[in-house]
Amino acid sequence: MKSLENLMRKFEPTKDSKWAKFHPVWDALYTFAFTPNETTHNGAHIRDGIDLKRTMFTVIIALIPCLLFGIYNTGHWHYVALGEAGGYMDFFGDKLIYGLLQVLPIVIVSYGVGLGVEFIFCIKNQHAIQEGFLVSGMLIPLIVPADIPLWMVAVATVFAVVLGKEVFGGTGMNIVNIALTARAFLFFGYPTMMSGNKVWMSGIAEAGDKVPEGVTGATQLGDLASFTFPQEEWTFQSGISGFTDHWSIWDSFVGMIPGSIGETSVIAILIGAAILLYTGIASWKIMTSFVLGGLAVGFLANTFAVNPYMELDPLHHMVIGGFAFGAVFMITDPVTASQTSTGKYIYGFLGGALSITIRVFNGAYPEGVMMAILFMNIMAPMIDHYVVQSNVKRRLKRLKTA
Amino acid sequence: MSKTIKIRKGLDIKLIGEADKVKATVSAPIFAIKPPDFHGLVPKMTVKAGDKVKAGSIIFTNKYQEEVKFVSPISGEIAEIVRGEKRRILAVTIKPDASNEAESFGKIDPSNMDGEAVKAALLANGFWPFIKMRPLDIVANPYDKPKAIFVSAFDSSPLAPDYDYILHGENDAFQAGLTALSKLTEGKVHLTVRSDMNIDSTFTSAKGVQINKINSKHPAGNVGTQIHHIDPINKNEIVWTVNAIDVALIGRSLLAGQFDGSRTVALTGSEVKKPKYIKTAIGANIAAIIEDNIEGDNVRYISGNVLTGDKVETTGFLGFYHNHVTVIPEGNESKFMITKGWLSPGLSKFSINRSYFSWLMPNKKYNLDTNLNGEVRSFVVTGEMEKVFPFDIYPMQLVKATMYNDIDLMENLGIYEVAPEDFALCEFVCTSKVSIQKSIRGGLDVIQEECM
Repeated sequence: MKSLENLMRKFEPTKDSKWAKFHPVWDALYTFAFTPNETTHNGAHIRDGIDLKRTMFTVIIALIPCLLFGIYNTGHWHYVALGEAGGYMDFFGDKLIYGLLQVLPIVIVSYGVGLGVEFIFCIKNQHAIQEGFLVSGMLIPLIVPADIPLWMVAVATVFAVVLGKEVFGGTGMNIVNIALTARAFLFFGYPTMMSGNKVWMSGIAEAGDKVPEGVTGATQLGDLASFTFPQEEWTFQSGISGFTDHWSIWDSFVGMIPGSIGETSVIAILIGAAILLYTGIASWKIMTSFVLGGLAVGFLANTFAVNPYMELDPLHHMVIGGFAFGAVFMITDPVTASQTSTGKYIYGFLGGALSITIRVFNGAYPEGVMMAILFMNIMAPMIDHYVVQSNVKRRLKRLKTA
Repeated sequence: MSKTIKIRKGLDIKLIGEADKVKATVSAPIFAIKPPDFHGLVPKMTVKAGDKVKAGSIIFTNKYQEEVKFVSPISGEIAEIVRGEKRRILAVTIKPDASNEAESFGKIDPSNMDGEAVKAALLANGFWPFIKMRPLDIVANPYDKPKAIFVSAFDSSPLAPDYDYILHGENDAFQAGLTALSKLTEGKVHLTVRSDMNIDSTFTSAKGVQINKINSKHPAGNVGTQIHHIDPINKNEIVWTVNAIDVALIGRSLLAGQFDGSRTVALTGSEVKKPKYIKTAIGANIAAIIEDNIEGDNVRYISGNVLTGDKVETTGFLGFYHNHVTVIPEGNESKFMITKGWLSPGLSKFSINRSYFSWLMPNKKYNLDTNLNGEVRSFVVTGEMEKVFPFDIYPMQLVKATMYNDIDLMENLGIYEVAPEDFALCEFVCTSKVSIQKSIRGGLDVIQEECM
């Protein structure tokens, strides 16, 4: 590998060459291929083997099961919408190919545009390029519907990276989750492409009368959200039992439901969660408290049910929509989450609680998870502030009692 | 009234090259006392090159507090006063002679002296620099009234010297040192020993002190950890600390009536052929300590342990407070991502996370080099410092406060309780490779200037 290194070293822009401005780009490529020969100077002479690249890479590995299942699922619902395939394994190869053609361009656009923006800012500011977008770039495709036009992905990514991150100073400085900023932008900017009955099964909008009877294109969340409206608008007039008869909890767990590309399969998400928790990359405190918060409000809603949505089994809440995906990959983003241990429990719990609250009360936002996490991102510094203040008070009290 | 403390947080970094319990004696050709070993000290020289000195002869004093004197560990001749930028004195080197003469101050039995007399004896004969103070982790101010004095009976850092071995049989000297210290405070002298190992009788038979127990996961051996759990420092309180080996040195010297600068040093690290203990004196030349015992050329010599020690050259010298020399490979080679870098399985990488597969071998001893293992980044990952920082203090918030110099916040978050060495493990685990010990020292400097 010495030869490759020498080759790369040869292309390193010197300070006075006309390419000097592009040193951050060279640096990004070089440090991608080689951990530099930088040694410790003061303080600890040895350092932990981990770096930010490894951290981000581990998260990407954890996202791979979701991506693969998402590719299959996109193809599956496409053929369901066309009325050609009912069973899981029918047209398996075709489904994969269709899914790949649908999903890969989104991934490429998301990475291309996002990294492009990062490079521009790093050249402008002469900073080293930090790895934060490696994960955001994978998250964005996984939380949008497969039929989204690529230009929308590009616009949303630019918006998220510039206004979500770079204006605050780049990786590690952002207030709200980048991927969710992109999704929120799409949700409010292009609501017809992010909600309703025409986007969740790839190709259903063009399928016309090929769509078999009974296939509406709605997601579970859409069906459930109708319960928050007057009864004549309910999808299932028989109430919540109609819903549970139509959508089995097992299908939701496996992921055989329409939805955003990567969010449907709880199994795939759990594999990711296992990787993140076992390697110690994500905080189990946030993850478990988020789930507990969701369950708690789920039970509360059961107790005080004023609409049929509130009668839904709390466990069922866990497997539909983006709840599981949010719990594992979104709320745990360390930059935007609470940074103190106690704060993490509070932050996660409130995030989970708020997700379900928004779901069961506000039919206009069927996916409460996105709103809840963005809201908690903004609240996280305040939670930390109070946690830190309690530590300060404890210290002052010790002084007085001593 | 002893306390038993169990800390769960912390980290033992298992490295190759622990010292065998073999002692060799080395007579180094040159020694040095280095003013930079005493943070913030401005020395006022009392000797010049060519002067003859004895062990215990004053070499320089603190310019702003001339009672605090720094003495020669051996007898010989001042070889050179090494100066750096702005004529700052970096080291005073001393060539030893064979006479082994020492300034005699008459045998002192601290047990029937009062505090002022003990203090005067320690100040006059150059023992004071061994006493450090918290907050700030600098040489103690003799006019402070410490609420307690802490002595740690072990060092838990990686490859640390075994105090039980070094001080075995020094019961009288150690006890004399402790007795002297106990006269300096109206509070207690705390001696903290490991709870999970056999302790040498030097420590268990100590009298006139409170013996506390703590389990031995690093940083339990750091006196800062012990203070925090036994008698934490509040604002305006002072605690003094002395290394157990220096306590014995003080006691031994007082009993003998002359300064005894001899010191047993653990020579450790993966690049040492035969790691062992070496008997020499304070400030010995590194080349003499490591002589013919090093494998490879591209190595780093560290006076002290791998977490807090100072980088030295072979022409350098053992630090004043150090009982430990570590030699590890230099990591100044780039690492290709797939074979050794961030995409590798990482069987030879030590990490507190399990993202590298080295977690498959929990008992493996590692040969770590000085590579930063990544580039400096903004803080991204949270919660990792808390895993290795057994204080009721928020480490990341405190480090950030020191970075933007918010004095109020530093005070509130507990800057008075910490020293840079307490943050060594935080620095080790930091994914973003931030220089944390330097930040904390910077914060302490600000506090010293503004608040003390």
